[in-house]
Amino acid sequence: MAAVMSHRLRLPSALRLDAWLLLSLLLLIAVGLAVLYSAGEQRLGLVWQQSARLGLGLAVLVVMAYLPPRLLQIWAPWLFLAALGLLVATALFGVGRGAQRWLDLGFIRFQPAEAMKLALPLMLAAWYGRRPLPPGWRDTALGLLLIALPAGLIAMQPDLGTAVLVAASGLVLMFLAGLRWRLIVLLVAGAIAALPVLWVNLHAYQQSRVLTFLNPERDPLGQGWNIIQSKIAVGSGGLSGKGWQASTQSHLEFLPEPHTDFIFSVLAEEFGFVGVVAVLALYGLITLRALYMASQCRDAFGRLLAATIVTMFFLYMTVNVAMVSGLIPVVGVPLPLVSYGGTSAVTILAGFGLIMGLYSRRRFMDGS
Amino acid sequence: MNRPKSLGVLRDELTELTVIGGRFRWLSAAILIVLVLLTWRFAHLQLHQHELFAGRAEDNRIRLQVLPPNRGLILDRHGRVLAENRPAHRLVIVPERTPSIAETLDQLHDLIDLSADDLERFERQRQRSRRFQAVTLKPNLTAEQLARLAAHRHRLPGVEIEAYLTRYYHHPNALAHVIGYVGRMDERDLRRLPVERYRGTTHVGKSGIERHYEDLLHGFPGVKRVETNAQGRVLRVLEQTPPTPGRDLQLSIDLDLQLAAVEAMGPRAGAVVVLAIDSGEVLALVSKPGFDTNLFVHGISRQDYSALLADRQRPLFNRFLAGGYEPGSTVKPFLSLAGLDTGDITPTRRVFSNGYFQLPGHSRRFRDWRRGGHGWVDLELALAESVNVYYYQLAIDLGIDRIARELALFGFGRGTGIDLPGESSGVLPTRAWKRATFGEPWFPGETVITGIGQGFTVVTPLQLAHATAALAGRGYTAPPRLVGASEPARMVQHQQAHWEAVFRGMAATVHGSRGTARAIAADLPVQMAGKTGTAQVFGLPDDDDERRRLLEGDIPEHLRNHALFMGFAPLEAPRIALSVVVEHGGGGAGVAAPVAARVMSRALELGH
Repeated sequence: MAAVMSHRLRLPSALRLDAWLLLSLLLLIAVGLAVLYSAGEQRLGLVWQQSARLGLGLAVLVVMAYLPPRLLQIWAPWLFLAALGLLVATALFGVGRGAQRWLDLGFIRFQPAEAMKLALPLMLAAWYGRRPLPPGWRDTALGLLLIALPAGLIAMQPDLGTAVLVAASGLVLMFLAGLRWRLIVLLVAGAIAALPVLWVNLHAYQQSRVLTFLNPERDPLGQGWNIIQSKIAVGSGGLSGKGWQASTQSHLEFLPEPHTDFIFSVLAEEFGFVGVVAVLALYGLITLRALYMASQCRDAFGRLLAATIVTMFFLYMTVNVAMVSGLIPVVGVPLPLVSYGGTSAVTILAGFGLIMGLYSRRRFMDGS
Repeated sequence: MNRPKSLGVLRDELTELTVIGGRFRWLSAAILIVLVLLTWRFAHLQLHQHELFAGRAEDNRIRLQVLPPNRGLILDRHGRVLAENRPAHRLVIVPERTPSIAETLDQLHDLIDLSADDLERFERQRQRSRRFQAVTLKPNLTAEQLARLAAHRHRLPGVEIEAYLTRYYHHPNALAHVIGYVGRMDERDLRRLPVERYRGTTHVGKSGIERHYEDLLHGFPGVKRVETNAQGRVLRVLEQTPPTPGRDLQLSIDLDLQLAAVEAMGPRAGAVVVLAIDSGEVLALVSKPGFDTNLFVHGISRQDYSALLADRQRPLFNRFLAGGYEPGSTVKPFLSLAGLDTGDITPTRRVFSNGYFQLPGHSRRFRDWRRGGHGWVDLELALAESVNVYYYQLAIDLGIDRIARELALFGFGRGTGIDLPGESSGVLPTRAWKRATFGEPWFPGETVITGIGQGFTVVTPLQLAHATAALAGRGYTAPPRLVGASEPARMVQHQQAHWEAVFRGMAATVHGSRGTARAIAADLPVQMAGKTGTAQVFGLPDDDDERRRLLEGDIPEHLRNHALFMGFAPLEAPRIALSVVVEHGGGGAGVAAPVAARVMSRALELGH
């Protein structure tokens, strides 16, 4: 009763959820479904499917929030090993056209690389949570090794984009743990120096994506098409947009994959700059709220893990939005919680569940 | 100095707090900067450059259209068209352009008859299609339907008639199991086939040649760049790459011979396979009954399909490729070769047939087909009269392992590798096979009946014809092919005298005064070697009185034995090998041999 009477937004504390964060997430999801309905050619089936996945994701969120963080810290190495094992299994028995990314368990097909997006930060946070920080050179070396193992396996699938993102999650965590600036400069310099080597080892389709990004007119009907059409969609939206379901770029089929990777272009076209700013603000709100919650966690484990999860969420959004506005090459990163697709939505909501669980057990109102 | 331990931990935590807290501030700053940058980027595109992009969106009228390729034709060996593409018309509806779907369907129903199948398929496709996409309501309109629709179309907005090409089979029944058919692409096809090559294609090979040579027949799609108005209507074609049509396929089948074989079979179910011995070319390939493959092209109606499934003769079943039959006495020539090789028999040594054979210490009697037996017979007579006792003894002398080895050399127990999907490998029983299949050891009685092609052995008509070709070629033949010839290869090696001894027996089967197939000799233009066979459908009881009663009475047709015949001609220089199976035809001599004679005569007449 007290919770209902109170003017402050609060959920029953037994649920260990954060009302503000949950509300912002639900708002984002609602906006996403509305755009999906328009981008997906008004096919209600598509919206229902996505709603079902998001519903599953929210259920996972509640469960994750309920899990005692202590347990997660203990399980971390085993979860990490399990995710690593799944990656090896995918390499051996995976399915997929060209690239082996999917594991088929008969009743469900999923990408083990997705699980690694949570398992790796968890593993690193559990490790650094027990070690003196900032990490010494030994802990730093071990951290880099723990990152390289799964990232390498994913890169071999080959799925370079996901490999980079998984590696990024590990590096973000190490940065937060206090990785020394000298080492950071060294790593960045090393990465730049490795670029030519990487370029030579890229698949032809990956090379052509980068070349096309640098000069879209190089292949105006092929891959440059995506970038050009997406920018036209965004730009033609103007200040207030063409209105819901009125985007010509996606409905006349100029925009590729309007319901998955390029859903933000549809939003920008239909709701204009106003809509873009509103949604970016929503992403910013979610990110900063979650980051604040992370900073309030009881120990290093919680803070590192929560902050990394939310940073990755923000990074996905940035990569996708930068891609559709032509700031970076076309990479297959969906817009978190908005693009049509299952596994990533569930992982992201699970991550937010973790953050809420950690925050609910913070220092000054520790219930246990 | 000893510091309390807790103090050390506290100090560490303080350091941690400072370090992590510092990094959090860095991170928050970075996030804000990124948000500002992204906002600035969108302000640039949407406010500053809005005019430019709004103009380009308005001009955005170049679209790509896919031009599906025409499917290759299928011809017989003389270039006669067996499968072609014919112009047809279909009734399509753009749901978004009709005022009311239900009303439009009602009006259309008054004009042309719409079946429940049509409506159901339309509904299903409508669920899956994009907006403003035409959905087929009725394919393959008749001239009358076209005329009626044309007269009323002005009253039916959103209803259109589309011209397209549809597959048409000229002899659908006779060639159903060879050519197969194309059908609408389903989910499985979509997963199996490369998306790019099948853009704009609706039909794909589902069985037979259409399926096996899908890759050659399909061709490659072309593209058309068109300029459209803002509603998406095409204004002009800017440039186009024409599609590359699929390749025409010339089959080795001779249509005349194929039709002759179908006719020779009459109303009976069964199979006929005719092979050219040197090249492996398949000259005729029949599975009876056939079915109308044209029904499948437009999606067979539920009623027609149930009728095909309910037919007792099982028209959809491909008998020459997947039909498994006991070879019966047609295995005797092959076993003879094995026996000559081991010395268990010679061309001249005689064996006495008293009507039955017993294993030492066993009471079961293995019978001759003639009551009282055949008396003294040599190899030639044993083949010509198909003397079971001769082969019971030979089988026991050879043993199941030697029998299996010989039959395997002639290709039994594995697919021939013909260019058709779904070939069965038959069964070539061995000790290991029985152990694996039944978990039981091999019994000597099973060896005895293997000697007359009964028991576990199962062959397909195609295997039997291929083995006959190998026999006729004295060990040399080529694997059967429908498209292009294959290289002949040695399959089996035997002494010339042994081949000739077996050939004499097979010639005597047809041309000898006591041969089981002597009735057909008069109908043949040249000498043919052959062997009759009977595959048991229903085992006869061992008791003599009951046997007689059953044999004298009328056995119902579906319990009658299958009749088999294999043979080759001309005897001196064999060119053609064939096999015939007539289901429930009774004995091979009575029913299968006359079919073989008619087919062989026709083949020779046609110059093969």
